[in-house]
Amino acid sequence: MATLEIHDLHVSVDGEGGPKEILRGVDLTVKQGETHAIMGPNGSGKSTLAYSLAGHPKYTITGGTVTLDGEDVLDMSVDERARAGVFLAMQYPVEVPGVSVSNFLRTSATAIRGEAPRLRTWVKEVKETMQRLEMDPSFAERNVNEGFSGGEKKRHEILQLELLKPKIAILDETDSGLDIDALRIVSEGVNRVRDSGEVGTLLITHYTRILRYIKPDHVHVFAGGRIVESGGPELADKLEAEGYEQYTKGGVS
Amino acid sequence: MAEAQSIPAGGAVAVAAESTVATRMSAPPSFDVADFPVPHGREEEWRFTPLERLRGLHDGTAVADGSVKAEIVAPDGVTVETVGRDDPRVGRAGKPADRVAAQAFSAFEKATVVTVPAEAVPAEPVRVSLHGEGGVTYGHTVFDIGRFAEVVLILDHTGDTVRAANVEFQVGEGAKLTVVSVQDWADTAVHCSQHNALVGRDATFKSVVVTFGGDVVRLHPRVSYAGPGGEAELYGLYFTDNGQHQEHRLLVDHSAANCRSNVAYKGALQGARARAVWIGDVLIRAAATGTDTYELNRNLVLTDGARVDSVPNLEIETGEIVGAGHASATGRFEDEQLFYLMARGIPAEEARRLVVRGFFAELVQQIGVPDVEERLIARLEAELAESIA
Ligand SMILES: Nc1ncnc2c1ncn2[C@@H]1O[C@H](COP(=O)(O)OP(=O)(O)OP(=O)(O)O)[C@@H](O)[C@H]1O
Ligand SMILES: [Mg+2]
Repeated sequence: MATLEIHDLHVSVDGEGGPKEILRGVDLTVKQGETHAIMGPNGSGKSTLAYSLAGHPKYTITGGTVTLDGEDVLDMSVDERARAGVFLAMQYPVEVPGVSVSNFLRTSATAIRGEAPRLRTWVKEVKETMQRLEMDPSFAERNVNEGFSGGEKKRHEILQLELLKPKIAILDETDSGLDIDALRIVSEGVNRVRDSGEVGTLLITHYTRILRYIKPDHVHVFAGGRIVESGGPELADKLEAEGYEQYTKGGVS
Repeated sequence: MAEAQSIPAGGAVAVAAESTVATRMSAPPSFDVADFPVPHGREEEWRFTPLERLRGLHDGTAVADGSVKAEIVAPDGVTVETVGRDDPRVGRAGKPADRVAAQAFSAFEKATVVTVPAEAVPAEPVRVSLHGEGGVTYGHTVFDIGRFAEVVLILDHTGDTVRAANVEFQVGEGAKLTVVSVQDWADTAVHCSQHNALVGRDATFKSVVVTFGGDVVRLHPRVSYAGPGGEAELYGLYFTDNGQHQEHRLLVDHSAANCRSNVAYKGALQGARARAVWIGDVLIRAAATGTDTYELNRNLVLTDGARVDSVPNLEIETGEIVGAGHASATGRFEDEQLFYLMARGIPAEEARRLVVRGFFAELVQQIGVPDVEERLIARLEAELAESIA
């Protein structure tokens, strides 16, 4: 069973006045089949955690460990992490001009699966997955994320999630900017992957509305670059009612 | 007026300030090399060019002692002649604009005139292949495209030579000409050339300039209009490797009413000593009402230290136009794009290849000559494979 273990993770970025510490000792274990929601105020470092796990070069790891089934994730390049089973659905997916979605998906699936998927079954698989996400087939011929609306970009991220079937899925505000219908469609996509029981999910969000579709096993409050409280689903309701004030005002630096 | 200028930090890339066409040239266009002073390198039109690498083309010391092997494949009905400089068709499309172009005009012995008769629509392209066999060469070629003819020209340059040679495209009324000029020289070659297109009434001129090779390549694609309703599309693609200097200096001179022009050049630079220059001058004269023009130059800097100067310039003498705009942008290799692709398991090299191929893809699709597109993609792949290795 795949397990992602984050231990005392410290991360900084190069700011104008030198390195700036963003993550200050994150501890978290995510097992296959589990869903963890991470909630926290703007700027608390949620995306920093997500990007650091995926290996974005902007972030410098200054301390701590991250392992996937005992393998040192921090020692892997970005593509190695993805092939090891870490998937990040980005808060702001990147446009890649001149590269079609279909070419991108196939290149990616080939890399992740270790061999080129059979053309016939692949075309069918992509088509059906797009259909379930209510994406128009014409998206396959468009350039990656170019001119996509915010919601279309998020569907495209979940399309990749479904096709690539990672061991650990990190969803950074996948729900932001989605209307009610899109939220349901995207959530159903995530749930199809979760239902396999083979993915551990780290769901970063500001809103409890997505948690009505995607039921978390654990909820964590993220503030000041670390997890400051953990609990069950009821913690999300408490946050919705009371906000983050008690975490940002008192105690947390 | 540059709409998008992103200059990466680190100073590897410079985008020069705009300057005006009129103040730029040190002498007016002329057929006579004696009308141009020998450049010293600080003139506006020479300041980016490494004169010492022109091997004497600029100062009269380059003696014609070399040869090129020329092969011309002309479909039925297309004629090829060798003529003297007094032939009335020679020089009709425009005068040399700088000393080296004038040197080429003053030094060539015989000109080649390729004629596509009126209303001819050859099924196959006209192919002109020049292979440098060493030494200094001069030349002059005229393509005379008759009224309502439609034709594709493919000009190939390979091998090694130090060459100054001008090319004229005289595009008759209502004719449609597509020219693909590929500079695929050996790494030691020097090539200076002025391309003059004179676009007839309601005619369409499409030029695709592709520069891969050479030690120094300095081209001047220039367009003027013989009557109203003409249309010019100028596309360019360059892949500048370490140590190469590739310079493209364009001028679109709108002097007739209701003409259109669209310029799009894209370049990738690889290697700390790669050097590219792009100058895009568009002139809209008072008589050129109803003009519609747009020019774009984008550069992708693949390695630190590579340098590109991109200077778009628009001079407008009438307000009664349909549109005029330009954009110039130079960016470092897109780390965010690379990250996104790699985060989907794609190895770094393949991700780089995808991004660079994507950068050029749109432009390649504009060419509209399938076998040229395929060849170009293959050539790009080879450049990329080389640069990554
Ligand atoms: N290059 C940088 N220089 C200085 N500070 C930076 C830099 N990059 C990120 N930060 C800071 O790091 C902090 C954490 O940012 P991060 O994007 O991780 O927050 P977040 O919790 O995801 O916020 P949101 O909810 O708004 O998405 C922010 O205060 C941000 O301004
Ligand atoms: Mg964020």
